[in-house]
Amino acid sequence: MAQPPSRPLSPHMGIYKWGPAMAVSILHRATGTALATAGMIGLVWWVLAAASGKESYDQFVDWASWWPGKVVMIGLSWAFFQHMCSGLRHFVLDVGAGYELKANKLGAILVVLAAATMTATLWAYLLLVKG
Amino acid sequence: MGSGTGLGQVRGLGSAKHGGDHWIKQRTTALGNLALFTWFITSLVRLPDYSFDTVQMWLSSPWAAVPMMLLVISVFWHFRIGLQVFIEDYVHDEGLKFAALVALNFYTFGLGATAIFAIAKIAFAGAA
Repeated sequence: MAQPPSRPLSPHMGIYKWGPAMAVSILHRATGTALATAGMIGLVWWVLAAASGKESYDQFVDWASWWPGKVVMIGLSWAFFQHMCSGLRHFVLDVGAGYELKANKLGAILVVLAAATMTATLWAYLLLVKG
Repeated sequence: MGSGTGLGQVRGLGSAKHGGDHWIKQRTTALGNLALFTWFITSLVRLPDYSFDTVQMWLSSPWAAVPMMLLVISVFWHFRIGLQVFIEDYVHDEGLKFAALVALNFYTFGLGATAIFAIAKIAFAGAA
């Protein structure tokens, strides 16, 4: 259905000033896509390696403990926490709460902070406490 | 029902009665993911190490294998719906969109079956 060009269109993305709510919204899609592709391929690689014997599992561990592997895993864990916190925010919005400008903006900022804190806590524990 | 604009053609017909289906499934699987990933991350953090023997021993228990399979089902269902919306929003060419949706279904079921097979293999072989 092509829009006749003479008709007025509603204002699109480009004219709005970027804010936390817009950033969290697009991050939800970006992190979801990353988790569904890289995240799930990594997870399946891990269980498949564990099912295929010690040799292939050790090969997986070699990749995962190499520093780029660690960077990818830290990135994916951040993507997971960001997507989870943003999803919890969606549940709040689903019941019709949190649409007032200030509350909405605060919620978006809290999502970003909570996800960063969770990621930092997890890896501080895994790398520093557990070693 | 007119024959003019797109809106005019559908006005008065009511909803297609399918709109809520994806929405509810997306939220139901989101709750499933939340519960199962809380279990998964807690379990991983509590494992003494991530060696072959430890992971095999852990996944050979039904208390880990069953929730792990449920996690795969819930997560894969969730991302299949999510990526479908993603494709429908950003791929505008009809042919390309159809191909992308077919590829998404093959990817979801192919990778999902592989994951469940791997978990089942560890669980049924058992850590002797």
